[in-house]
Amino acid sequence: MLGLSAKDTGFLLFVTFLTLATPILLQPFPETSSLAQFNAGYPDLMQRFAIYGIFAIGFNILFGLTGYLSFGHAAFLGVGSYSVVWMYKLLSFNVLPGLILAIVLSGVFALLIGYVSLRRSGIYFSILTLAFAQMSYNLAYSVFTPLTNGETGLQVYTSDPQILMGEGSTQVPNLFGLVMQDSIKLPVGDWLFTFNVGYYFTAVIAIFVFYISLRIFRSPFGLILRAIKTNRTRLSYAGINTRPYMLAAFVISGMYAGLAGGLLAAMDPLAGAERMQWTASGEVVLMTILGGAGTLMGPVLGAGFIKYFENIFSKINESVLHDWFGALPEPVRDFLIAIVSPFVGDGWQLTLGLLFVLVVVFLPGGIMEGARRIGSIFRRKPAAAEPAKLPETPPAVAGDPAGE
Amino acid sequence: MDAIILQVLNGLDKGSAYALIALGLTLIFGTLGVVNFAHGALFMLGAFCAVTLQRLLTLSFEQIDPTQKDFLGNPLKVQVPYVDSWFGPDVGAFLIDWSVPIAILFAIPIMLIIGVVMERGLIKHFYRRPHAEQILVTFGLAIVMQEIVRLFFGANPIQTGAPGVFTGSFDFGVLIGFGPNAIIYPYWRMVYFLFAVVVIGAVFAFLQFTTFGMVVRAGMADRETVGLLGINIDRRFTIMFGIAAAVAGIAGVMYTPILAPNYHMGMDFLVLSFVVVVVGGMGSLPGAVLAGFLLGILQSFASMNEVKSMIPGIDQVIIYLVAIIILLTRPRGLMGRKGVMEE
Repeated sequence: MLGLSAKDTGFLLFVTFLTLATPILLQPFPETSSLAQFNAGYPDLMQRFAIYGIFAIGFNILFGLTGYLSFGHAAFLGVGSYSVVWMYKLLSFNVLPGLILAIVLSGVFALLIGYVSLRRSGIYFSILTLAFAQMSYNLAYSVFTPLTNGETGLQVYTSDPQILMGEGSTQVPNLFGLVMQDSIKLPVGDWLFTFNVGYYFTAVIAIFVFYISLRIFRSPFGLILRAIKTNRTRLSYAGINTRPYMLAAFVISGMYAGLAGGLLAAMDPLAGAERMQWTASGEVVLMTILGGAGTLMGPVLGAGFIKYFENIFSKINESVLHDWFGALPEPVRDFLIAIVSPFVGDGWQLTLGLLFVLVVVFLPGGIMEGARRIGSIFRRKPAAAEPAKLPETPPAVAGDPAGE
Repeated sequence: MDAIILQVLNGLDKGSAYALIALGLTLIFGTLGVVNFAHGALFMLGAFCAVTLQRLLTLSFEQIDPTQKDFLGNPLKVQVPYVDSWFGPDVGAFLIDWSVPIAILFAIPIMLIIGVVMERGLIKHFYRRPHAEQILVTFGLAIVMQEIVRLFFGANPIQTGAPGVFTGSFDFGVLIGFGPNAIIYPYWRMVYFLFAVVVIGAVFAFLQFTTFGMVVRAGMADRETVGLLGINIDRRFTIMFGIAAAVAGIAGVMYTPILAPNYHMGMDFLVLSFVVVVVGGMGSLPGAVLAGFLLGILQSFASMNEVKSMIPGIDQVIIYLVAIIILLTRPRGLMGRKGVMEE
């Protein structure tokens, strides 16, 4: 189906099901229980899952397949956001023109940056992309203030032209009248499920771009990208000019990032320069590696994992901890709270940092490798005999720096 | 002319910090082949060594001072630092005033230990891993260090003053034959620059003129052969990691009077230091130092009003622009060696 093998079709259907059922699946605890704060089924967070999933899927096409580590993808995220808000300002609150512009513009941007950056590889490539992104970030704050509205962030004002806006047009982001923030709430017993228009909009796009990424992974083009990661020199000896392939991968992943940035502004009509900061680029790198670079599902899982952590862990504060450990005798409770509290609430980044260190040390393949290892334990088969997984590719960004 | 000299001087202190961090980064990269994203955090830890020492020295107890009265006529309670009561008020005041330079003495062993522990405990396992994983694990480590510091010291910058002798500025122009008030320069920035020169000189001398340094240089050139000669090169490289950490640490200690330290200052410096390293050429120590000063000075030139009015926004992007131009025209950076980080 759709040019996919039977197995991939099943996989895609499975992913589609997961994505569409997310509002139900992420709401496992009843509203009344004390575990309800671990529910992730509220619109804002789910939208973020889908959007950052798209961002990570795109990044994975570049990093996972070719091994080129870009530290500048946040620039495209910012470009996407700005284009959508500009379309709001000029045309109307319909998100479609903005998203199209976001994809096109970030593609052009990626073409320019990629053309220059791809002349170098390894860490030089990383620094070049970082330099471009930081330049865009700094310029967005200073010289380009007329375009970006500097520190305030770009937003829609009533004085904006909005030439396509009629009398009764919606004043919030919408898709031909479908308002993004609208939700249908469905109480089932103690559970409360929220089906949000914005989430389903992003989810459908996410499924579509996931399908594209699946096709790229299975295509000859994807094979060449993977060959670039394995051994670029040998590929060029075989008479293949790798540069156009790299550039194509870079542009595609840039467009994914632009789309994600555009969707961020589609959910919340605001764009700020901080979206272009290098920490945002670092975040997508972390998502991809945490989930498992080079795998199809990994980056999405990584993105979901980090966003979940960010939202849920940062909400746990001392009073919540008091509730949890309330039943324990006082000294034990105070001790536990003293131990746990640095890691939650404001300190969730500490947990995140520790988690990264642990994952990279013990599970370099990320969540996907963890799942595979657990799976192989249950199947009682040697891991090498599994045909399902992609062949392990040796590190390519590396080269051996120790002087060989 | 005096304006140019002023800008060069203004660029020196930032350039010194870049050069010191970049030196450590290059040292680690040249010896262990590891891209250390936690180096900025080490700089930050150094700065907080100074903060900690200042806090320790100013630990006080309450004492009734019979010579002073409050407005009701009762004897006044005053905070007396412990050091004052132990060593007398003169020595105590001196210690508190000089807490930043004194912190160097504490920072060196502390940072050496942190460096060695970090290398043996974590980095050791990443010699042969791809750079992406090295970056990730050290990045994670940097987050952990940052957050731990934030836990103890809070998120706000903490003012840490220079010794009283070095506060204020002096008229540098008079020294070199300009009219008075042409070039006014803060003392501490001069001190920082001289300090950086001394530290850089010491590191180079250590590598150049000691047997230990010779072995390390040999190991940088060809680790395997040195190992085959029966030299425990790993241990020496570990010590070099400690030294690089200590260099970053004392650079941070001395920087505290220039920039009040906060928990994320390391990250701000890290990105720029990486650009510096790459501009200087991966693995080249003189290149790192040269590029550090060069970019620091260029940045201060770009922030001149005359330049800014010609090219708006140039002060924001100059470093990255230079990095891009250099990487495209001289792929190995200013002084990079052949075969480092290449396929």
